[in-house]
Amino acid sequence: MKVRDIVSELDGVLLTGEDLLDVDIKAACGADLMSDVMAFVKENVVLLTGLVNPQSIRTADLMDIRVVVYVRGKAVPKDMIAEAERNGMAIMTTKYSMFLACGRLYEAGIRDGGTRESR
Amino acid sequence: MQLRYEVSGADLSLAGKASTEVKRALGRLGVNPGAIKRAAVSMYEAEMNMVIHGGGGIAIAELSPDRIVVTMEDTGPGIPDLELAMQEGYSTAPEWIRELGFGAGMGLPNIKRNADDLRIESVVGKGTKVTIIIDFNGFGGAQV
Repeated sequence: MKVRDIVSELDGVLLTGEDLLDVDIKAACGADLMSDVMAFVKENVVLLTGLVNPQSIRTADLMDIRVVVYVRGKAVPKDMIAEAERNGMAIMTTKYSMFLACGRLYEAGIRDGGTRESR
Repeated sequence: MQLRYEVSGADLSLAGKASTEVKRALGRLGVNPGAIKRAAVSMYEAEMNMVIHGGGGIAIAELSPDRIVVTMEDTGPGIPDLELAMQEGYSTAPEWIRELGFGAGMGLPNIKRNADDLRIESVVGKGTKVTIIIDFNGFGGAQV
């Protein structure tokens, strides 16, 4: 699924990253705990999170996650958008809750595979 | 090459910047992506620990052709029970840290999972020194 399809499935608002709209995304990770993102994400995923702070951008950047969706209609401050832009990432907001946003992407064909199993 | 950072314990908006810069440096040097990710995750968790528990400190990254050695030193309260601190899920972080997306007791276990070597020297009341070594060919570039 392309980033542009994620925007459309989530009725999202893209804040930066127009040049990534045609990037193909196969898996997703929904988490508010950044340590879990670092512990469980294996390969390029779209990150869905309700955590709106610079650490969410930095965690994604460190894990080579290029697309972040902020759920529950949260407002994203300008300096975060600027940091994401500098990092070459796409970020968007959606009015949907974490549960519904994940559910909509699952229904649209996004599956697991980007995260490891817990032990 | 040596990179040195003063990590603020007061300005949380800066937490993670040093790790981000080290990641960029490793990328410019052409280090394999798996090793970069392991170094980035390990250093970021240690940096957050230093901000959360140590009140900030000094981070030094020594880069050589085959490995990176990161030392993070703070003058915080120290770790009374290291074995407990290494347990996944054990945390002494205050509630407000959880709002940052950290503080769930995953930091040190995450470092251990990613580093080729992790050494922790801690004296209660004096501070903690964490040394992380990532061999660029250590895990064959694959994160576990």
